[in-house]
Amino acid sequence: MTAFVGHDAHPADVDTHNADPVLDVDGLTVEVRTIGGTLRAVTGVSFQARRGETLALLGESGCGKSMTATALVGLLDPVADIVGGTALLAGRQDRVDLLSMDRRKRREMAGTELAIVFQDALTALNPLYTVGTQLAEPFRIHQGLSARKAKRKAVDLMARVGIPQPESRLNSYPHQFSGGMRQRLLIAMAVALNPSVLIADEPTTALDVTVQAQIMALLRDLRTEYRMAVVLITHDLALVAEEADRVAIMYAGHIVETGTVAEVFAHPKHPYTQGLLSSVPVNARRGDALTSIGGSPPDLHSIPQGCVYQARCPLAAEVCRTTRPALAPVGGDRKAACHFPEEVSPRMRGERTDV
Amino acid sequence: MSENLLEVRDVRKSFRVPHAGKNKLCALDGITLDLKRGETLGLVGESGCGKSTLARTLMMLERPDEGTVRFDGVDPFSLKGADLLKFRRRVQMVFQDPYASLNSRMSAAEIIAEPWRSHKGIVQNRQDRDMRVRGLLDLVGLGAKAAGKYPQEFSGGQRQRIGIARALALNPDVIVCDEPVSALDLSVQAQVLNLLNDLQEQLQISYIFISHDLSVVRHVADRVAVMYLGRIIENGPTERVFERSSHPYTAALMSAAPTLDGAQRAQRILLKGEVPSPIDPPSGCRFRTRCWKATDVCATTTPAAAVDPEFADHTALCHHPLLLEGSGRETVPA
Amino acid sequence: MTQIDLVPVKPTTAIIGEDDTATSRKRGGSLWFRLLVNDRVAAAAACVLGLVFLTAILGPMLVGELATKIDLDNSNQPPFTLSHGWANVLGTDPLGRSMLARLIVACRTTLSVAIPAVVISAVVGSAIGMWAGYYRGWRETLAMRVADVIMSFPSLLLAVVVLYVFSPSAANIVLVLAITRIPVYLRTARAESAELQSRVFVDAARTFGASPNSIIWRHVLPIVLPTLLTVATLDFCYVMLAESSLSFLGIGIQPPDVSWGLMVSQGRTYLHSAWWLSFFPGLAIVITTVSATILAAWARIATDPGQRWRLTVPQKRLSKFTKTGKRLP
Repeated sequence: MTAFVGHDAHPADVDTHNADPVLDVDGLTVEVRTIGGTLRAVTGVSFQARRGETLALLGESGCGKSMTATALVGLLDPVADIVGGTALLAGRQDRVDLLSMDRRKRREMAGTELAIVFQDALTALNPLYTVGTQLAEPFRIHQGLSARKAKRKAVDLMARVGIPQPESRLNSYPHQFSGGMRQRLLIAMAVALNPSVLIADEPTTALDVTVQAQIMALLRDLRTEYRMAVVLITHDLALVAEEADRVAIMYAGHIVETGTVAEVFAHPKHPYTQGLLSSVPVNARRGDALTSIGGSPPDLHSIPQGCVYQARCPLAAEVCRTTRPALAPVGGDRKAACHFPEEVSPRMRGERTDV
Repeated sequence: MSENLLEVRDVRKSFRVPHAGKNKLCALDGITLDLKRGETLGLVGESGCGKSTLARTLMMLERPDEGTVRFDGVDPFSLKGADLLKFRRRVQMVFQDPYASLNSRMSAAEIIAEPWRSHKGIVQNRQDRDMRVRGLLDLVGLGAKAAGKYPQEFSGGQRQRIGIARALALNPDVIVCDEPVSALDLSVQAQVLNLLNDLQEQLQISYIFISHDLSVVRHVADRVAVMYLGRIIENGPTERVFERSSHPYTAALMSAAPTLDGAQRAQRILLKGEVPSPIDPPSGCRFRTRCWKATDVCATTTPAAAVDPEFADHTALCHHPLLLEGSGRETVPA
Repeated sequence: MTQIDLVPVKPTTAIIGEDDTATSRKRGGSLWFRLLVNDRVAAAAACVLGLVFLTAILGPMLVGELATKIDLDNSNQPPFTLSHGWANVLGTDPLGRSMLARLIVACRTTLSVAIPAVVISAVVGSAIGMWAGYYRGWRETLAMRVADVIMSFPSLLLAVVVLYVFSPSAANIVLVLAITRIPVYLRTARAESAELQSRVFVDAARTFGASPNSIIWRHVLPIVLPTLLTVATLDFCYVMLAESSLSFLGIGIQPPDVSWGLMVSQGRTYLHSAWWLSFFPGLAIVITTVSATILAAWARIATDPGQRWRLTVPQKRLSKFTKTGKRLP
């Protein structure tokens, strides 16, 4: 009935560090045309995802993490254009650049190599078709299976993701499932064809905390079973701490820090990361004021010259206003885009910037 | 005058649902809680537990089928007309969604001043109104220039501040905060939580703080009540409930919530299945379908309140409370 | 004196660094002007409609006599020549009256029927609709059934019957057209009002004791208004055509008054010999209704804050992104 899951400190099951990452994004840049002009929603984003590993894209709203995901899967809004960068996917067959694929190739890869799970399962599923039809669809399209065989596979898939009595639910419609079940259906559709990379865009934000635990456990199991790379997009630090192996922190369209979760959260090398960690009410006593990052994210129409974080940074100096720091190595395989990475600590001067 | 500002006793509320035939959706099933002046009561629970219905009932947007609510000794549901209107000033609400709770066609000043249009006599004239609006904007940390702007020009956190200012306009004693920071970014959450804290110190307001985020509740609440399918299954001082949960559901909730230092967690409890439908809830204890400690008695009898031996005001509705297992049971007559 | 007055005004947890000079929203006229100018077709339609309104207001003052001056020597002169005087550039009717002048005078008559009809039906229909949508229950059912009853009569037939029984005066025409158009506004307003009931800010208004009327006035009306205006613009076309049809059938505007529809009707018997008698008034009707329809389509987008960006976004760039994978600065 209820499972007690032993929880080790290293959820990753990377056997070895593979030589080649299965997804290698380099310099991705997306511009958006808006009322006030053209703005850069994503600037020079680079990261890598490896098999059996979960990479988290962590950032607050407006930082560009969702737009990065939609750019990779080719679902950008018409007002947004990809203006630079490559995203090499080392699939089973060959290496392709996701950003410059033609439509036919993209259709071939969708589901077989690259899959995405969205936040709102109700709008991501077609309300007019039964769940069985929708789950069978990937098999019919990509593997050319007959309707009966595809339905068989759909049942197996539903059982795999933990939907009780799958045979009897084949003919149900999405709205007849609860939120957690719908999310499992979405995940089922995403992993149906054993993709190499699974992008999960805030998959549990709309779910209750107990259901979230179940879904994340499911994702972990599937990651192991299918040897996928999982890119987890979220704003929830605690979720990243528990579920991700590596993290890339985004701010105003830029990646400001990367590294393993354990290292980044224990010893952040970017003031924004430190600010986020301090804002979490984890050990604050009742009545204590929470530290918070003063101010608000910059208007993307007018990102200042120099560091994007300068307006809210307690370490900001003259050099920060003139030169934008590049994402540079700061020890091990960690990177940070800061001129003063070694000065980042919980006791930075001006720690509480909202008086 | 009783010590409690707000007393809720055995409130029940059901809704008729079109597709459920004769069955009703039982949203609240015997809610009992107290709130003191200047205190914050945290209300925790997952979707379908009835916390929204409870909030709406406390705001008198819904009328309970049974049970009583006493506010400073007065039953607000017995009031009518002008008395009821005057009473509404004492309880106000801050809503979850900063984008939906403000009418985007009204300026910030109009939004904040709107309560006064229904309660004549608070503001004397236009200047008085403008001055009070400015005072409220300052109180919540927005500049005077914000008065003429429209909601689209504000960020989520700022809009929530406007919502808080509006809730303060009538100078209430109790503010029901329905997930006030859930829709906000982490850095902004901290700002708004600090603001709520400061306001409580300055104005001696009581809060009923509804949230699904346990770390936030732990930070803001003096006492916490955990809801499941229309019942308060655990109630007690915050630290005690968090550290030594008595009800299995509370323990599962604490275990499921991810925390920054979660890697050190010993074991995570993964509940199987989902929350049963409130239209046809399980008999006896409603949590028994997912509880690993369930026995036969849990299906036949609704559990009575089991009291924590160390804290008399910490109770759990359970036949096998975690705190007492292995040491005999101690129940309080219902 | 409230507690709030006693509290020292000190900014608690103020947001440092927040600039109050945030992008100022261009409110009022200049925003709409910009939106209109961006859509060239809609701007042209607006100009045309503006011209029509101006004609209706000022026209009869300028050319009034020409429209009624009977000149049998000049009867049925063809258009597009100046040999009979500039006033007859669009030809003359059987009585020698200038077509151009009559068109201008008819413009006022046509609009003075169409606009009041639209306004009356809009105000009455919307008010009932919003009230019904707010309260739901029996009020809603009652209002919807009344609307159904009105809608179940073919409106033109109803107009014919009514105007036949009573005398076909301009006021009666306006009234009949107004009544038959009420259901459109009623149903639209009711649907929007009912949807708004579940919005959080309406709940918020209820929590501080706002009365239903003030909620409708303050919250429901401003939000429903753009949709209603769009519907009204489209309805304007329909009413104009309906009036023309009625006049065509002979139970609309009666001579010596003149409307476009009446002119079309009077030119019926001369279609082979003097085509311009029906053509130009018909053209005037078409131009006005098409312009109004285009403007309605523009208004639909412009009044919806979520869709407004379509009117302000520059055209898609033709340059593709670089495939060389070079990092951009």
